[in-house]
Amino acid sequence: MRKSKNRISFLIFLAPSFAGVIVFVLTPFADVLKRSFETAVTGRFTGAANYRTIFQNQAFLLAVKNTFRFTFICIPLLVVVGFVIAWPLSKLKNAGTIKAIYLFPLAMPTATIVLVWKMVFYKQGFLNIFLTGLGQWTGTWGQVQTDYLETEAAFWVLVCSYIWKNTGYTVVLWLAGIAGIPAELLDAAKVDGAGSFQRIWYIVLPNLKGSLYTIVILSFLNSFKIYREAYLVAGAYPHKSIYLLQHIFNNWFVNLELDKMAAAAVCTGGFLFIVILLLQKMWDRDGTS
Amino acid sequence: MKKKIYEAAKSLQRAFTIFLLLLPGFFVFFPIIILITGSVMDQYEIKEYLNPIFTEAFDFITWKIMPDYPSFANYGKLLFMTPQFFVLFWNSIRMTACILAGQLFVGVPAAWAFAVYRVRGSRMLFALYVILMLLPFQVTMLSSYLVLNRLSLLNTQQAIIMPAVFSTFPIFLTYGGFRGIPSQLFEAARVDGASERTIFLKIGIPLGKSGLLSAMVLGFLEYWNMMEQPMAFLDDKALWPLSLYLPEINWAQAGFAFCASVITLIPAVFVFTFGQDYLEQGIIYSGLKE
Repeated sequence: MRKSKNRISFLIFLAPSFAGVIVFVLTPFADVLKRSFETAVTGRFTGAANYRTIFQNQAFLLAVKNTFRFTFICIPLLVVVGFVIAWPLSKLKNAGTIKAIYLFPLAMPTATIVLVWKMVFYKQGFLNIFLTGLGQWTGTWGQVQTDYLETEAAFWVLVCSYIWKNTGYTVVLWLAGIAGIPAELLDAAKVDGAGSFQRIWYIVLPNLKGSLYTIVILSFLNSFKIYREAYLVAGAYPHKSIYLLQHIFNNWFVNLELDKMAAAAVCTGGFLFIVILLLQKMWDRDGTS
Repeated sequence: MKKKIYEAAKSLQRAFTIFLLLLPGFFVFFPIIILITGSVMDQYEIKEYLNPIFTEAFDFITWKIMPDYPSFANYGKLLFMTPQFFVLFWNSIRMTACILAGQLFVGVPAAWAFAVYRVRGSRMLFALYVILMLLPFQVTMLSSYLVLNRLSLLNTQQAIIMPAVFSTFPIFLTYGGFRGIPSQLFEAARVDGASERTIFLKIGIPLGKSGLLSAMVLGFLEYWNMMEQPMAFLDDKALWPLSLYLPEINWAQAGFAFCASVITLIPAVFVFTFGQDYLEQGIIYSGLKE
């Protein structure tokens, strides 16, 4: 009795959302899957031809490589930077203001900040002014004239703006995790003579695995949003070190190369699906142990 | 001796903490200060400072925290002589408001369903929702395009609003808030004869409102900053949100661009200031294990 009533309530409450998900996400994605095996214009079945095309496409391979590089550099960096900030912060009594400062970049619309980024990283911009000043002050180097946006350095500009934007929520998540560690555990270790590094390594970090998975998943999700900065700073065809998957999807879309887009969407979606499932598995296993 | 080292370590730690406070403060406030000073600069002054950008000269650009000729001319131009700006501002407001209202009506009941009714299959559906929430826009861009095309919604603001309304991210956050309510409360209400709808409206919403509000705060900041979706689905510039218009202003109108940026920033700062607790709570909810 109670059970069937539960099921009816569940369905009623979920219905609007689930209908929308079916109409706007699941059905069209099935369509994309179908299209990935067809030619773009005539809709003739071509087997895996689209998949072969994209994996022979230099631009696509470059984009995949850059996206991987970006993710593998940014996420560990963000995790470490977040922890280095969160740990001393967790010992402060009034950390509210500091947290707010760290979180603020999250609230700044990308478009408003791009002007400033351009001024900072411009060939004759603030960063070079600072570096030149530093060079003259220490007497080690002269004028610095690097153009950060049209060289390899563009990649690091993106890394910096990603860290700038996302440190705040990483710190908040680490702090929430640290707050969940029983204080007795740390006190006991202290009494037993563990140094602060030992305490961090043997007690704090193992207790924070759950937070780590969360941070990794969310950082991963947000790493795709770096496209905004990349696009605004360098346009649709940036320096090749920051040509990301997001660029190629957008350019294919503009040129209506829907067959390639379908194949790439299926590959990227499938890959993410597997990664997310694996992370969830690790997370679940960790939670039960 | 030992005490001295201990004290030195303590003061070192304090210095590190202060440094930690100052450094991000600098990185956060620096762009804001540049934006604000740029917006109140006279147009000739700003042109002089940014001259190297136009002439490709070899000097550095310069800047002054206190402009020599402060002027609100740019604000005047933007607010009183550019009706286009209001259209875009209103576009941003309207799209964000419609999305958030839609998410409230669609997402909150869904979150309630997942949080309260444990039926067979609900865990699997929830896992599906989590995966959908994590897929980036680029993966779903083509499928959204196909469905919007079929519904002839392309190049209307509906094309931005509808898919966002059914986003599963706010459901996840709101779910976090609902899970925090002890289930004995619902049982007690059921024994007293309350209907499921009453329980949802009278117990669920008031007690789970922190999750709901954090979804709204995070949602506002996200959709106020929205770029990929309007860029793909809106051709008509009159329909664009502000976030897409700002980058269109070129260097020659730098002062104007600074002004527009500051005005775009104001609602976000407003929501951030008043919703900071919910923002934080929302981030924590987004990390909650089921």
